[in-house]
Amino acid sequence: MKARGEIVASARDVTKTYDRGRITVLQGVSLDVRAGEVVALWGASGSGKSTLLHLLGGLDAPDSGTLAVCGLDPCHEASRNRLRREAVGFVFQLHNLIPDLTVEENIRVPALAAGKGKMDTAARVRVLVEQVGLGHRIGHRVQDLSGGERQRTAICRALMNAPRLLLADEPTGALDEQTGDAIFALLKELAAREGVAVVLATHERRFAEACDRIVRVRNGKVSEV
Amino acid sequence: MRFLSLIFTNLRRHRLRALIGVAGIGFGVAAMLAILAIVTGAIGMFERILSTDSHYLVFEKNVSDLFFSSVTTEQVRDIRALPQVESAHPLLFGIVSAAGNPVVTCFGIEADDPRLVRGEWRAGARADFGKGEGEIFLGARAAEFLQAKFGETVEIGRGTFKVGGIFKNENGFEDGGVFLPLKDAQAFFHREGAASVVAVKLRDQAEGAAFKKAVETAHPGVIALENREFSQSYNSFKILNFTAWAVGICAFFLGGLGVANTMLLSVFGRIREIAVLRVCGFSERQVAALIFGEAAMIAAGGLAVGFTIGLGVLGVMEHVPQFNGYVQARVEPLVVAGIAVTALVTAVAGAIYPARFAARIQPAEALRYE
Repeated sequence: MKARGEIVASARDVTKTYDRGRITVLQGVSLDVRAGEVVALWGASGSGKSTLLHLLGGLDAPDSGTLAVCGLDPCHEASRNRLRREAVGFVFQLHNLIPDLTVEENIRVPALAAGKGKMDTAARVRVLVEQVGLGHRIGHRVQDLSGGERQRTAICRALMNAPRLLLADEPTGALDEQTGDAIFALLKELAAREGVAVVLATHERRFAEACDRIVRVRNGKVSEV
Repeated sequence: MRFLSLIFTNLRRHRLRALIGVAGIGFGVAAMLAILAIVTGAIGMFERILSTDSHYLVFEKNVSDLFFSSVTTEQVRDIRALPQVESAHPLLFGIVSAAGNPVVTCFGIEADDPRLVRGEWRAGARADFGKGEGEIFLGARAAEFLQAKFGETVEIGRGTFKVGGIFKNENGFEDGGVFLPLKDAQAFFHREGAASVVAVKLRDQAEGAAFKKAVETAHPGVIALENREFSQSYNSFKILNFTAWAVGICAFFLGGLGVANTMLLSVFGRIREIAVLRVCGFSERQVAALIFGEAAMIAAGGLAVGFTIGLGVLGVMEHVPQFNGYVQARVEPLVVAGIAVTALVTAVAGAIYPARFAARIQPAEALRYE
């Protein structure tokens, strides 16, 4: 685990365009994320929050600028795979779990990518499901779960390989207010317990204000609030 | 959960698609197995007809098929006179029709032919072969499908013959064949003084080369080949084998297209899911391996189903009276291995494009637009 305060993710002058440069989504974005902090990327839909998360998580590459996440360079394909496998966890607005797999099997998917066997990961899975209160649901198929339970399963999956950076893209967006609040609280609590830095993309001010730091994303540019 | 169990889970989740793929490969396997086993069995039977109690076969040079080969009585006599030769048995092939049976194989042989010695006599006696005028001898299966009994007359081709004896023979072709004394067969087929082939047994097999040289020098129009050499070089066997493999591979090609279609549908149906796997750290290679693994499992299922169906069909065909005992399937390990490899290669080849497509799914794009 990195010491609190150390930079785990850094973006410098990052630009991202789509449609052969016709649509500029991010323009000269610079951002540092430190170990253990919860940073809110706050902005309206289409402001570029998800794109910035995708770049930090190695799901996409910038057109220009530099990125460094947990000592890896997400601009290179080879590093991106390793980054996703070892250093970063994702939680999406939709849970994106694999149907027909059980809670346990879904949580174990990142471990599978890392080549870890069931024996190596059994204890880790058990700890995670107990922390999110899903111990009694571990053998259930995900389609039998409620929306909140599915999102908790997705959080466990994101934390499975003990990442140093958790990227959450509107994780409460598809949930009712009460469940959304519970998921947000759980996310913060787990991040603190695991010592994980969190970057949370949200359009809801109340969630942004509950984070350690707010970064406003507007028209492809970022500014500290 | 292991990687393999993820493969099984994916197949189980898309079981109808998987079953269609399994059926495609299964039918290919069954077709190839049946065709090859029948052809290999037929070739084996024909080889045994020729190589009965012999080391060498002598036949006319450069003929496309043994049915057109002529070895003269003088040549047979000269061969017998060679010091290396223990015995030489001329054999004349012919094909005729009988009522309800368009193809009846006829064998013109001499009275001391090993087939008669080896046969299990059901009626009549070997000693009577060639003694009676206008007599034929039937294989047990031929007697059944010609519905002929010992002593009765039977119409074959343009002639009417009396059944002088019936004997059981292990070889399907011989058991379903009609045997005539060589001279009668020569007259019947207008091949006076000729045999199709001469099966030669040597006193000492080590003298094969000397025997071959002696025959081919004295009679440049004939060729002497060791039985094994003959099997490898006989054009009809080669054509049969090639045709069987070609038809079988075509069947597999269709199966392969089925697998490609199945896998492609499967990949298109779970683009988001594959994107999620990539988000969770799966590399392009791991995604491709997943798709190839699923295709390989489909091939394995297809092999199991195909071999079961194929062996069942062969078992039935061997006992269907309408085939006159001509089907004596032979499933050789090499054929089984060839089919297994072809099935696997076909399925994996069918999965190349789907795997490539799946591996190239860009997670950000897939998650943005799905």
